[in-house]
Amino acid sequence: MPSTVIVGAGPAGVRAAETLVQAGIRPTVIDEASISGGQIYRRPPSVFRRDPNALYGFEAKRAGDQHRTFDNLRDQVDYWPNAAVWSAQGRTLSVVTETGPKELRWDRLILATGAMDRVVPFAGWTLPGVYTLGGAQVALKYQACAIGEHPVFIGTGPLLYLAAYQYAAAGVDVRAVLDTAPFAAKCRALPGLMSGGRTFLKGLYYVLRLRARGIQLAAGIRPVAVNPGPDGTVSGVVWHDRRGREKRTACDALAAGFGLRSETQLADLCGVSFVFDPVQRQWLPSQDGEGRADIEGVYLAGDGAAVKGADAAELSGARAAHALLYDLGRAESARELKALNRRLARSERFRRSLEAGAFPFPADLAAGAADDLMICRCEAVTAGELRKSVCELKATELNRAKAFTRLGMGRCQGRVCGPAAAEILAESLGVPLEAVGRLRGQAPVKPVPMTAFLDGAVS
Amino acid sequence: MTKVDVAVIGGGLVGCSAALHLRRRGASVVLLERRRCGGQASGVNYGGVRQQGRDLVELPLARRSRRIWAELDALVGTDCEFEATGHLKLARSESEMAELEIYASRAREFGLQLETIGPERIRTRFPWLGDGVVGGSFCAEDGHANPRLVAPAFARAAVATGADIREEIEVLHACHDGEVFELCLSDGTSVRAGRLINAAGAWGSTVSAWFGEPVPEEVMAPNMCVTGPIPYFLVPNLGVCGGGVYVRQIRRGNVIFGAGVGVADRDEIVARPLADVTAGAVRLAVDLVPKLASAQIIRTWTGIEGVMPDGLPVVGLSETTPGLIHAFGFSGHGFQLGPGVGAVLSELAIDVATTVPIDPFRIGRFSNDGTSRHRAGSAASSPGRQSGMQSGRQSGTTRLSPVT
Repeated sequence: MPSTVIVGAGPAGVRAAETLVQAGIRPTVIDEASISGGQIYRRPPSVFRRDPNALYGFEAKRAGDQHRTFDNLRDQVDYWPNAAVWSAQGRTLSVVTETGPKELRWDRLILATGAMDRVVPFAGWTLPGVYTLGGAQVALKYQACAIGEHPVFIGTGPLLYLAAYQYAAAGVDVRAVLDTAPFAAKCRALPGLMSGGRTFLKGLYYVLRLRARGIQLAAGIRPVAVNPGPDGTVSGVVWHDRRGREKRTACDALAAGFGLRSETQLADLCGVSFVFDPVQRQWLPSQDGEGRADIEGVYLAGDGAAVKGADAAELSGARAAHALLYDLGRAESARELKALNRRLARSERFRRSLEAGAFPFPADLAAGAADDLMICRCEAVTAGELRKSVCELKATELNRAKAFTRLGMGRCQGRVCGPAAAEILAESLGVPLEAVGRLRGQAPVKPVPMTAFLDGAVS
Repeated sequence: MTKVDVAVIGGGLVGCSAALHLRRRGASVVLLERRRCGGQASGVNYGGVRQQGRDLVELPLARRSRRIWAELDALVGTDCEFEATGHLKLARSESEMAELEIYASRAREFGLQLETIGPERIRTRFPWLGDGVVGGSFCAEDGHANPRLVAPAFARAAVATGADIREEIEVLHACHDGEVFELCLSDGTSVRAGRLINAAGAWGSTVSAWFGEPVPEEVMAPNMCVTGPIPYFLVPNLGVCGGGVYVRQIRRGNVIFGAGVGVADRDEIVARPLADVTAGAVRLAVDLVPKLASAQIIRTWTGIEGVMPDGLPVVGLSETTPGLIHAFGFSGHGFQLGPGVGAVLSELAIDVATTVPIDPFRIGRFSNDGTSRHRAGSAASSPGRQSGMQSGRQSGTTRLSPVT
C-alpha cells in the first residue's frame, strides 16, 4: 500500500489528515509534540485544569475543534507523537521516536512544519529572562507558568498583542507592550485589515482590553537595550519612543518577537526549490498555488509553506490533501480545491495588510545592529565579525559568511540568527536581501542526541 | 585575451597554494575557479592535519607540507586555527598494535617521530578511551585546522601578491597548440599560458582527459558530523587502524567525527550525508570515546572527493603534454598535503623539477583499464610495503625550458 505521510499536527497537519481519512486513506502523522495542536493550539498536559477559554481566549472554540478532530481520527491514522523527523533523503524520512530511530518511506508527503519566531537581536537579548513571544506562549500554555511576574512584550506582529493579552488574562502584571511598527502604518493598512473581518476584530479587542487594563501600549518604538539586574537577569528595558526619546521600563522578563519565519528545512532536504518572498523577507519552498511542491509527491501546507496564520493554515492543510487526492485520480477534489483557493484568496489581502502594512518587519533594526552586538549566540559571532567577513574575506552570500565566521553553525543552525544575519549581510554589501541567498538546509533539522542511535535504542 | 606564465584550473587548497607559491617566485598566474575558492573538498573536509598513517611514499610530501603549516600565519596572514594537538592512531587488537610498531619504525626513516603507547599506558594517558582500545601511536606534530579558512586564506594571499584569481568562472576547455595552452572560459574570454596546472580535484580526470590522459578517478563523499559543544577534553585528533572512524574536538567544545560515506554526484556537483551512515558513525565514535554519548549532533555534511584506485594522488608532469602539471585525486587525505603540493607545483612549473620525490604519484601509473601498472590495489597505510622513493624514474625529465 502506498505510504502517505504528514509531518506536523498543528492546524494544517490536522486538516490534511482529516481530509485524507475522509477519502479513505490512512496517513502516518508524525509530530514533535506529545499531543496534537501545534504551537498555536498547544495543549496543556492532561493533569492541568485551566479552562480552555482562559487559555486560548477567542481561539478556544477553534482549539477545541482542532483537538477533537484529531482525537476522533486517532484510530484512522498511524500517529507518531514525540517524534522528530531529522533528515530526509530521496523518499525516506529519518525519524527519532520514543522507541528509537526509524526510517519511513513515503510515496506522498505533506509537510506542515509550522513556523517559529523571527528574532531581531538588540543589546541584552541573550540575558536570562528574555524569551521569544512563542516561548512565552509555550510557558503559559504547556507549563502553566509565566516568564516573569512583570514582563514587557516587545517586537511587532499580531502575536505581540495576543501573547500580551493571554498573559494579562492569566493575571500577570504586563508592564508594557512595545511595538516597533508605527501607528500610522496600522492606519494606512486599515482598509486591508478590515477585510480580515472577525480576525481583525479579535486583534482590535486584544488591544482594547490591554488598554482598558491600563497597560502601556506604544507604537513606532525602537528597542535599545535590555538591562541586567544585580543577579544578571532582566531588570528593565530601554527603548526609544516614536519621537526618539529614551524611555525606561522596569520589568523582570521580556518577550520579544518580530513576526514569524517558516520552518523550511525539511522541504529543503527533500530537494524542493526555493523562491524569495519579499513580504515575509524569507526564501520559501516553491509551490504551484495548490500546495504542490516541485518534487513529485511533496505537498506544502500551513505556516511552514508561508506564514499566513492559523485559519489559513487549516485551509491550506485541507488544500494540500485535496491536491494529493486529485493527483491520485480523485476528480471530486477539483471542486474542493477551487473552493479552498477562493477562501484562501480572501484571507490573502488581510494577510498582506498585516505583514507588510500594519506590522512591517524592522529590517533597519536588524541591519543596523552595533558591531559589538552578538548576532549568533550559539557560536558567539558579533555583527562586527559578520561585517568583517564581508569586507576582508569577501563573503558575498550567507553560506560563505557562515563558513568564515561560524554564524549559523551552532545548535540552532541559523534558525534564530539567520534572518538578522541576512539583513546585516545585505546592508553591508549594498544589495537586496534576496541577493545574499539562504542558509543551506543540512540534517539534522534539529539537534539529535547521540544516544538516539546507541544500543538500547530500538530500530 | 590574458597571457600568463601559468594558468591554474581549480581554486582548492592545492591550486590556491600553487598560485601563491608561483607569485612568490615571480611567475604571472591566473587561477580559474568555477565556484568559490575552497568551496569543495578543500573547504568541507574533516580538517585533520595528519602525517602518521599515510602511505610511506607520501611522507616526504607530507613533511614538506608540515613545514608550511608551521609558518601559515606568516605566509597567509592567519593560522587557520591550525593547532598541533597531536594525532593518536588507535589499535583495537594485538595485530593492529604490531602494525603501528612497524609503521613507526619505517616512518622514522622519513624523519617522522611516532611514539607507540602500549596497553599499560594508553588509558593512564587518555583515560577517556573506550574498552576496545589496546594501544596507539602518537604523533605530536600532527593536529587539525579549520578547513573552511585555509584555501580562501591562500587565495587572498595570492591575490595580495598579484595573482589573478577569478571565481565563478568555469574553464570550458583547454588545449595545447605545441607552444602554449589556451583556455576557453565560461565568460567568453580566453587565457593563454605557458604552463597549465590541473588542480581540479574530483574533476581533475576531466581535465587530464582533454590532454589524452584519462585516469580512473572515482568520487567519494566522506560522511561527517559535528556535535554541540561539550567540555573540552579530547585533545589529540583521533584515528584508528584501518581508518574506519575519526574524531577530533575543537577548543570551543564541538566534536567533529566521521565514518563511512554519503552520496556524491560529480556532474551535478552535489553531495549529501546519509542518515544510516550517520547513525553508524555515532556508534563507532562512542565505542572509541564513550563520553561522547552525552553530546548532540547539530549538523552532518559531506563533500565531493576524487579518489584514485590505489589511494594515492596524481601529482606530477603530464606524460603527453609538455608544460601540463597535474595535482588531483587526493583520495580523502589531501588537506594536510595541500600547502606542500602547491609549493611543489610551483617548482615543477618554474624549475621543471622538484626535490620532493613524487614519482609514485605520476599519472602514467594507470593502464587504460584503470588498474595500477606498478602497484597492486590500495597499499595506503600498509606498513610492510617498500617506500616508493627508489623506484621508477625521477620526475622532471622533460625538455621544457624553465619559466623566467
